[in-house]
Amino acid sequence: MTTALLRAHELGLIGCQVCGLVCREPTRPDAACPRCGSALRRRKPDSVRRTWALLIAAFIVYIPANVLPIMRTVSPGDVDDNTILTGVVELWEKGSQELAIIVFTASIVVPMLKFLVLGTLLVCAQRGTSWAQPQRARLYRLIELIGHWSMLDVFVVALLTALVRFSLLSSVEPLPGVIFFGLTVVLTMFAALSFDPRMTWDDKGRE
Amino acid sequence: MTDPSQESGPSAEDLPQPVVRTRRVSASLIWLVPALAAVVGAWLVIRNYLEAGPTITISFQTAEGLEAAKTPVKYKNVVIGVVHGLRLSPDRDHVLVNVELQKNAQSFATANTRFWVVRPRIGLSGISGVDTLLSGPFIAADIGDSTESSREFVGLEMPPSVIHGTPGKSFRLHTRDLGSIDVGSPIYFRRLPVGHVSSYRLEENGKGITIEIFIDGPNDQFVNKSTRFWNASGVDVSVGTSGLKVNTQSIASVIAGGIAFQDLPAPHDATPSSADSDFDLYGNFATAMLPPDGEPTYVRMRFSQSLRGLEVDAPVEFLGIDIGRVVSINIDYDEKTQQFPIIVGAVIYGQRLGRAQTKLAARAAKHGSDADMSHTFALLVEHGLRAEARSGNLLTGQLLISLDFVPKAPRVAFDAGARPLVIPTTIGSFNRLQERLDSILAKVDAIPIDRIAAHLDDSLGELSSTLRRINGDLLPEFKDTLRGANTTFRAADDALSADSALQQNLGLTLDELRRAARSLRVFSDYLGSHPEALVRGRRPDEVPRPPSPAAAVEPSQSGSKP
Repeated sequence: MTTALLRAHELGLIGCQVCGLVCREPTRPDAACPRCGSALRRRKPDSVRRTWALLIAAFIVYIPANVLPIMRTVSPGDVDDNTILTGVVELWEKGSQELAIIVFTASIVVPMLKFLVLGTLLVCAQRGTSWAQPQRARLYRLIELIGHWSMLDVFVVALLTALVRFSLLSSVEPLPGVIFFGLTVVLTMFAALSFDPRMTWDDKGRE
Repeated sequence: MTDPSQESGPSAEDLPQPVVRTRRVSASLIWLVPALAAVVGAWLVIRNYLEAGPTITISFQTAEGLEAAKTPVKYKNVVIGVVHGLRLSPDRDHVLVNVELQKNAQSFATANTRFWVVRPRIGLSGISGVDTLLSGPFIAADIGDSTESSREFVGLEMPPSVIHGTPGKSFRLHTRDLGSIDVGSPIYFRRLPVGHVSSYRLEENGKGITIEIFIDGPNDQFVNKSTRFWNASGVDVSVGTSGLKVNTQSIASVIAGGIAFQDLPAPHDATPSSADSDFDLYGNFATAMLPPDGEPTYVRMRFSQSLRGLEVDAPVEFLGIDIGRVVSINIDYDEKTQQFPIIVGAVIYGQRLGRAQTKLAARAAKHGSDADMSHTFALLVEHGLRAEARSGNLLTGQLLISLDFVPKAPRVAFDAGARPLVIPTTIGSFNRLQERLDSILAKVDAIPIDRIAAHLDDSLGELSSTLRRINGDLLPEFKDTLRGANTTFRAADDALSADSALQQNLGLTLDELRRAARSLRVFSDYLGSHPEALVRGRRPDEVPRPPSPAAAVEPSQSGSKP
């Protein structure tokens, strides 16, 4: 990356993140876009710290989300409390392997992937390393893309609770685990939002 | 224009200046989010820890229907815990069920709490646990009095029939066999169900059964010292002076068995019995109302005749009063006489003799201790008491042992010190009758029936040939004779008929004879008046008109006129 392109900062310019207006770089940190009024920042302030905080919070919440049952299925002669993992195991054992894979991917793989990827991105950004910058940028886009899909479990529970209401014969009730799971997903999404992908390109060698 | 920096320089100056705004919140507040999450997580952990009650282990014979993390533990249908895990005991003998009790159910982890599995049960006395058909079985608990903490429990295989705290009292009944009584069988008082059988067990020595019953309050007050319990199972059919009587407590007790109780009819102390008192369970109402049996005395009798029809449990009677029963019948072998005597063992309840026994005991007490009635028996045997096997039922041929005084009984040695007491026996009157019958039959047997029959047969043969001859020879002749006689009679009949010639001739002859007689009379009259006529003959004119025989007849005619 010796023949790197010039950066706006090097030219004393700054672009508005919302309306795209290019201004002169302000000297004070609390400047705002003259056109749309949104904050003008070279990088999202405290991005690393915020992302870490949200990521840690998401991880903490992820523990009860997996330990506590998320759904209670009541059928004649049987009351079944399922956590995410037992649900996956049950689906697998009952022959719906493809469904089990989908649920497993959405509920276990995706959140774990988010933790790992965001963690890696954060560590790299903090170190200001120039290692694998394009790949890191791609990873971030991937995180943004798949982030919503981990809400699948929450939607399943919400839908089943609303639809399966045959009072005596069978019913589905949400249990606290699903709240924590939803929180995890929301927090990881916030974490991904608060991460400034531009930091990926800030290597210390350039400063 | 060629230098990009030159180019950008003026354009940068044209660019608008950003406006300045003050920040509102500090960025470090973001750490509140993970802190909050941590607090929530910690709170979950703490709550879990605080809410966790004691973990107890219950052992059952089978884990049928129990499921880890699902099967609840309930008390009065309120969930107080959940089955946490199931595992086999180290000796693989039973199942250990780990139960996590809730915090507020801590008091259930005390020594005499009972646990059992509620499953659907169908019995003669009803159906229970139907709701568990759908919901699956659960473990029910019943807390006891103890405050001693405990973690290990042995689960009951059957639901307890008495839940702790139910008003009422438990009593124990002792009986020789269970009959058709089962757990849950009702207890009747004046045909009103007032309780039920809660459990039963074999007594330690195996010689009887202890039945635990529970009488619900307030009816438990009717159980007192003189209360008698009897087995009211089935139908009690009795034939009395008032006819056939069928007695049952209820239809349910006929099928499922039951127990009834009642006080003795005699005046008695009506103080209610304390809980867990012991009572005897009698076989039926009649025996229940008998005076108490007291301690049995074992006696032995040695019979030399066949005792076909004598069974264990046959009654032992003294002058017709049932005082005991046969408990054993064994055969022995006597080498000297080459006989097989039969040894009959029996128990005798001295108290059944009532007043007689007290008097006898008082008298026997002079000879020493009479706890086992040995002196009483010594006294009675001296007076001719003998045991005999007597027919109790001529139809079925069942025997009973009867103790009776035999007049002029030969004296026998009685050892009052022998254990068991040996009561001398005699051949019973029925057996004597049988012997006599035997001798008669022997005599009948001695009659040469064969020869008699042969003779009889010969005689009958002869008789038969004789008769045949009579039939063949005599009868036809007899027939001819009869026919001859018949013609004779007919001829005689003809001759004698009114219009026969003989008859007419006879009439004429008689007329002639009459006329002759009249002439003779006229002649004799004439001769009377005229004797000379004999010499001279008749004077024709002088002869007056003789009185006609008609004149003589006339008066008779006139006499018959009126």
